[in-house]
Amino acid sequence: MNQTTPNSFRNGPDERGHFGDFGGRYVAETLMPLILDLEREYRAAQQDPEFQREFDDLLEHYVGRPSPMYYAERLTEELRKGAEPGMGAQVWFKRDELNHTGAHKINNCIGQILLAKRMGKTRIIAETGAGQHGVATATVCARFGLPCVIYMGAEDVARQSPNVFRMKLLGAEVVPVTSGGATLKDAMNEGLRDWVANVHDTFYIIGTAAGPHPYPELVRNFQSVIGTEARAQLLARTGKLPDLLIACIGGGSNALGLFHPFLDDPDVKMLGVEAAGHGLDGDEHAASLLGGAPGVLHGNKTYLLQDEDGQITEGHSISAGLDYPGIGPEHAWLKDTGRVEYTAVTDDEALEGFQLLCRTEGIIPALEPSHALAAVAKRAPQMREDEIICMNLCGRGDKDIFTVAEKLGVEI
Amino acid sequence: MTRLQNAFSKPQAAFVAFITAGDGDTAANLDALVEGGADVIELGMPFTDPMADGPAIQSANLRSLGKGTTTADVLQMATDFRERHPDVPLVLMGYANPMIRRGPEWFAKAAAGAGVDGVICVDIPPEEDDALGPALREQGISPIRLATPTTDAKRLPKVLEGSSGFLYYVSVAGVTGLQQAAAGSIEEAVAALKAATDIPVAVGFGVREPAQAAAIAKHADGVVVGSAFVDLVGEHGANAAPKLKELTASMVAAIKSA
Repeated sequence: MNQTTPNSFRNGPDERGHFGDFGGRYVAETLMPLILDLEREYRAAQQDPEFQREFDDLLEHYVGRPSPMYYAERLTEELRKGAEPGMGAQVWFKRDELNHTGAHKINNCIGQILLAKRMGKTRIIAETGAGQHGVATATVCARFGLPCVIYMGAEDVARQSPNVFRMKLLGAEVVPVTSGGATLKDAMNEGLRDWVANVHDTFYIIGTAAGPHPYPELVRNFQSVIGTEARAQLLARTGKLPDLLIACIGGGSNALGLFHPFLDDPDVKMLGVEAAGHGLDGDEHAASLLGGAPGVLHGNKTYLLQDEDGQITEGHSISAGLDYPGIGPEHAWLKDTGRVEYTAVTDDEALEGFQLLCRTEGIIPALEPSHALAAVAKRAPQMREDEIICMNLCGRGDKDIFTVAEKLGVEI
Repeated sequence: MTRLQNAFSKPQAAFVAFITAGDGDTAANLDALVEGGADVIELGMPFTDPMADGPAIQSANLRSLGKGTTTADVLQMATDFRERHPDVPLVLMGYANPMIRRGPEWFAKAAAGAGVDGVICVDIPPEEDDALGPALREQGISPIRLATPTTDAKRLPKVLEGSSGFLYYVSVAGVTGLQQAAAGSIEEAVAALKAATDIPVAVGFGVREPAQAAAIAKHADGVVVGSAFVDLVGEHGANAAPKLKELTASMVAAIKSA
């Protein structure tokens, strides 16, 4: 890499929304004036103490922040059993699964609905894969009394019926998308089509740190509350910074939320965990960084799963939340600069991680962070006993028990 | 005079016809459009995720990709078209990713080699022109930009900068093929665009009937029809050519009478 090391990894993106070669604003002209508006409004909100106060207040009293920082003692001991003497890092969890609605997604939705309100928008749309972002969006729409349309791939509607019912209870209209492969990317296409036809009154709450600028930046900033809290909590509890941060990556918002406040701490290593599905050697995975190539989709330039003609290929993961053929552009940049290491974990390894946490800590994790758990199980034994791993436990697993039961051959 | 300039220099508005490459018998369909009197051909490059398109063109993209249409196939269709019709301007329309997959220079060179006159890339706004524009201009291909009802007077110069061939006015905020704009709003918008530029202004999105084409032709330099053709290909499959020719002829007649 003949790229000079930047003075800070936290200054991106540039004024055009680029993180190095990645990011940008690759949208149809109809949307362009709108995202320029959004950027202006976001800059004004950033300068407005009242906006920040309202955001902080809702995070504290509605979402339940700060989320706890938990030392997973029994898991740590369990992983030390397979380690050399003196080895086996301490495993800590940032407990974002304890948030209202059960995942980190709500942090971003609170921020974006406050922006929507500020812009005078009266209708909210969103896409969802596993349904977590859909539920979080439907939740904030109910809280603020705004009508809400959620686009969800028809495949996912079938896979995630409890979340579909939750969204409906919260007053959202759930539109099953049958075009393409009927999963998350197709839901995002349909969201963009709705937006382009309803630009005057509609705000699109994008669920991850991807899409056209300024979405990757503003989603990251709203999610950075995770890392900011984690940094202060770990310093207070352990007297030092963690040695390794680990988080799963679909679009990458929970990982960026944890990583970003630590990016300029040179001794803190970071590991992003993609979904390897049935394995990176085949086509059935969702690892855009490790198994994809740079390209343009959904408003940004980033790593994509695609064929040699630039046609987008379908991702696969046991976790509907990671089953997306792209990734946030800041991750693409962090990969190319080498600041963050990326790895991938298969469906089977994630299932083992899922069960390991249930047994050792009495926590049922979502399948998404179960990928991060599998990586923790591999890395911890290779690190010293006095070293600290902090993993973002970004979602709880209630929604996944049916998928897991099916995989384990259990009838419920 | 370039082929595109020539097409827009006739006394009446130019008729611009769109079909998706690899959907149905593309060569026969292209010939039918020319025989029916189309002045400019837009050949859609199929993409898995056509997020600015409505159901008709989405389906056409999937039908084409389902038959295994590749970028090489699309370029070959263009090359063959150019051999059969040396004077009819041909524009490729599509999305960024298939165009830049092998690098913008590769694509621009290949398109120029195939006799392509212009390229419309839906998801490269002027802000991201670097991704493809310089390579196209270097090869003498017109980057054709879109203006929309949300493009205000302040923004318009940015849209026009570096574009040529014609300006494609998307008459409704929405996806292709669904709604149609009120004639009055089109007249006003076209007048504003023509006051700002010398390049021809063609109007599209939601134009399905000859009467609509005639109404637009009174004010604009060109009328674009896409979904109505694509629907015919969807309905008649490999035997769509006579239907395309018929619709083209009735559109052209309506424009001439405008």
